[in-house]
Amino acid sequence: MIAFVLRRVLASIPLVLGIATIVFFLLSLAPGDAASLFVSPNITPEVLEQMRRNMGLDQPVHVRYFRWMSAMLRGDFGISFSRNQPVADIIVQILPNTLILSFCAFLLAFTAGILVGVLQAVRQNRLTDSSLSVVGLFFYSMPSFWLALMLILIFSLGARNLWGWPIWFPASGMTSVEYPFMSPVEQLRDRVAHLVLPSVSLALVLAAGIARYMRGSMLEVIRQDYIRTARSKGLSELSVIFKHALRNGLIPVITLFGLYLPFLFSGTVLIETVFAWPGMGRLVVDAIFQRDYPVVMAGTFIFAIMVVVGNLVADVLYALVDPRIRYD
Amino acid sequence: MLALWGALLWIGIARWERVLAAPSGAWDHRVAFATWILAIITLCGGSILQERRIHESRTMKGVGQWSLAWMAFRKSHVAVGAAITVMVFYLAALLTPFLAPFDPAVQGSLITERMLAPSLTHPLGTDQFSRDVLSRVLYGARISLTIGFVAVSISMTIGTVLGAVSGFAGGRLDSLIMRFVDMVISFPRLVLLIAIIAFFEPSIFLIVAVIGLTQWPQPTRLVRGEVLSLREREFIQAGKALGLSKTRLVLRHLIPNTMAPVIVAATLGIGDTIVLEAGLSFLGLGVQPPTASWGTMVADGRDNLLGAWWISTFPGLAIVLVVLSFNLAGDGLRDALDPRLRS
Amino acid sequence: MPLLQVEDLSTYFSTDAGVARAVDGVSFSIEPGETLGIVGESGCGKTVTSLSIMGLIANPPGRIIAGSSIRFRGRELVDLPEKDMRRIRGNRIAMIFQEPMTSLNPVFTIGNQIREALTLHRGIGRSEARRVGIELLREVGIPEPEQRFAEYPHQLSGGMRQRVMIAVALSCEPELLIADEPTTALDVTIQAQILELLADLRGRRGMAVLLITHDLGVVAEVCDRVLVMYAGQIVESGTVDEIFHRARHPYTEGLLESLPKLAAGGRRLHPIEGTVPNPVGWPTGCRFSSRCPYSWDRCEAYVPPLLATEDTNHLSRCWLEDEPERRRTSAGAGSEW
Repeated sequence: MIAFVLRRVLASIPLVLGIATIVFFLLSLAPGDAASLFVSPNITPEVLEQMRRNMGLDQPVHVRYFRWMSAMLRGDFGISFSRNQPVADIIVQILPNTLILSFCAFLLAFTAGILVGVLQAVRQNRLTDSSLSVVGLFFYSMPSFWLALMLILIFSLGARNLWGWPIWFPASGMTSVEYPFMSPVEQLRDRVAHLVLPSVSLALVLAAGIARYMRGSMLEVIRQDYIRTARSKGLSELSVIFKHALRNGLIPVITLFGLYLPFLFSGTVLIETVFAWPGMGRLVVDAIFQRDYPVVMAGTFIFAIMVVVGNLVADVLYALVDPRIRYD
Repeated sequence: MLALWGALLWIGIARWERVLAAPSGAWDHRVAFATWILAIITLCGGSILQERRIHESRTMKGVGQWSLAWMAFRKSHVAVGAAITVMVFYLAALLTPFLAPFDPAVQGSLITERMLAPSLTHPLGTDQFSRDVLSRVLYGARISLTIGFVAVSISMTIGTVLGAVSGFAGGRLDSLIMRFVDMVISFPRLVLLIAIIAFFEPSIFLIVAVIGLTQWPQPTRLVRGEVLSLREREFIQAGKALGLSKTRLVLRHLIPNTMAPVIVAATLGIGDTIVLEAGLSFLGLGVQPPTASWGTMVADGRDNLLGAWWISTFPGLAIVLVVLSFNLAGDGLRDALDPRLRS
Repeated sequence: MPLLQVEDLSTYFSTDAGVARAVDGVSFSIEPGETLGIVGESGCGKTVTSLSIMGLIANPPGRIIAGSSIRFRGRELVDLPEKDMRRIRGNRIAMIFQEPMTSLNPVFTIGNQIREALTLHRGIGRSEARRVGIELLREVGIPEPEQRFAEYPHQLSGGMRQRVMIAVALSCEPELLIADEPTTALDVTIQAQILELLADLRGRRGMAVLLITHDLGVVAEVCDRVLVMYAGQIVESGTVDEIFHRARHPYTEGLLESLPKLAAGGRRLHPIEGTVPNPVGWPTGCRFSSRCPYSWDRCEAYVPPLLATEDTNHLSRCWLEDEPERRRTSAGAGSEW
């Protein structure tokens, strides 16, 4: 098993190198040379020339490429001029926020998607199935940022200001203003409350896709001979579905784990912007408006690396769930 | 059918001044207009071909794959309804100047017409610049639908060619292309788009080009898979044995046979692209004001969500409706085109 | 009292084309310890009959028609609540299936799947179930059962998997084992081994076996009595000896004629022409009439009942029992078969 994981890690190294190369290529796409991109625009030409030499921009392309690659792989992404701080430090600070949000959204999406998909498969072609299909496709067709705004309208603004519901959710940031003065229990509750709307708006769109997939997968599994065998043993319908069928139905859904990560992160960019969530997505968007290219490039790189890591995890999960996959 | 397309073409050409009567962001609308005319000409041609094929098939025995698919598609009322909805949206996009009650960019009185709730005069209300939301939604349809259509055409063309070459050539070229696909697919689309757009001034051309040029990996994988399975089939082997050239094999025999899944992917892809473009515009990195685009309109309403909910809600609903229709039509197409599902 | 008494069993399926009468008025009984064979081509309703007994007909689309009766030790199973049926299923009536390759769940170990029925019906603990399970694997002839217990189905050959299936079915010492084409998917040599194992286990445990097959050779080897099914009905029933040596029904004759082993000595094999008709629209009259070489106008107009023959308990659903002279004239005409 460990050898299998190691081999998979080794196999993804060329992928990471390739991704870094693409980012380098993106940089050279830019009009003008990198010096003008990497430093603040309000700077004297002399200083710019000095910077250029410092950054090695007078060197030929291949030298610059290898420098860039080794810097990237060492985690040296340059200095953000909007914050005057190494980009790597900013990312280390901010990445966990994105990871928390993504993790919650993914957990929610897969739990809801799998449950709904199983329910639909069990009630195939009945009212439950078809109405859930319609609702699912509706969410599936929805832009997550618009869903987020609608959720804010109803469960935050409307609930609080118009209808005075006892429960409403905060629509901005990770914590309330009063956070530092709260007791630990209240702090936890505050954090969870802030997570609800962003994760739900991210998760619903994904969950709809997962449910569609899960339904198909379960329908395929329910027809299999071993399900009949399980029934013939006298097992209850519940254990037939949730033990025998679910475990098999989940196998193809695991591929979605890797497949949906890029979607999730694309969504994160928008959702973090809507909810003023201090994460990687918002960092990148802000950086663009400030022309802070080192941050944009580093963010792009990190997002791609997270997708690669996610795919790795999906591969390992796949091998764990399906005994037919040999990992020796 | 042909008559309908012809009539549209006539309206488009004979009254082009009126059709083009979009006051601002005129270039964006000219691009949209040109696309429409092209699309309609294609559809006219398609209809003529279809008529001829039907005519031929009356004299010949047997029904082709496409006729079978059409019959299967027609059976699904949901899919047909969705396809009609898509058509209606495209029609509305073309005829917007005849339909829209107000100019989408002209600002009304900031005192009397600002953020009016939906009423008879303004069925979907007005926004914070006192512009009519309905008119803007209609003009926005032009932008969104054009971008979706053109970008997907670009990506599907690239993807089909690359996928066919990759699957047919095999060996090193194949693994080179596929590794590259793996890399590009690892980037979250929106992040990649942002990183590229960051270096340029956002414009509708840039958006179309960039979306089109970053979406090819999926169709490449799809077509390659199809080609790999087709390559071993008898008719390709027979073609090889006959000594057909590689180009001819790929263009005349392989690619046409991979078209069914590509069309399905394209239909679903337009929906995805519309959402993606809306996301970019929402962030302010897509279509630039004052041109109306659904994404920017949703963003416009953000600050007055509670007071003027209609500004964000209706453009979003338009996105949902169009994308839902594309998804339903795509599902219907898939069911109709998949011979394994047809009984 | 018979162990299992099936009376007038009808199982219908609703399809797009109409109602498929897959099983249509089948009656038979099994005595304790007896082996009863059901033979017929595919599509005759054999498997639906066995699934009906197990209560495993999915509803919709299938349903057991009112008036059908399946009594197990005198207890009616047709309208038994699902909860009570589950207590019988896998416990007192067990079943093995045609496809050993797909009948075991690929993601659970052999041991896990054997233990399941034991812990469910016997209420014994994990370690005890493991001991019994390994013992069962040994009994069905699996070498190194301790090791196999922890393995997954894909690590076993088809024959081994069918042995595992038998072990699973036997785990709660059922009084009736339904074996649905247990050897069809296996190599010939493995087939013989599995049949031997079944015969052996039956002798040792004294359970009754309902063996469903399209292979008359298999029937001859292990069964006491035989039912021949065609188009959802029983067309002939009798002892193995009666069916093989004094077959009455033209369909049974046809099956025997198409059997290579019995057609030794340079005789040509004679397959039955045509296929089983569509269960949505069985032919009126005798359902075999369209394929029958003797068929005359009476066959197409009137449904023959199961008629007595010269042997006691040997029944045939054919008008020839009523008009035996037709057999001679028709055969004398030297028809193709």
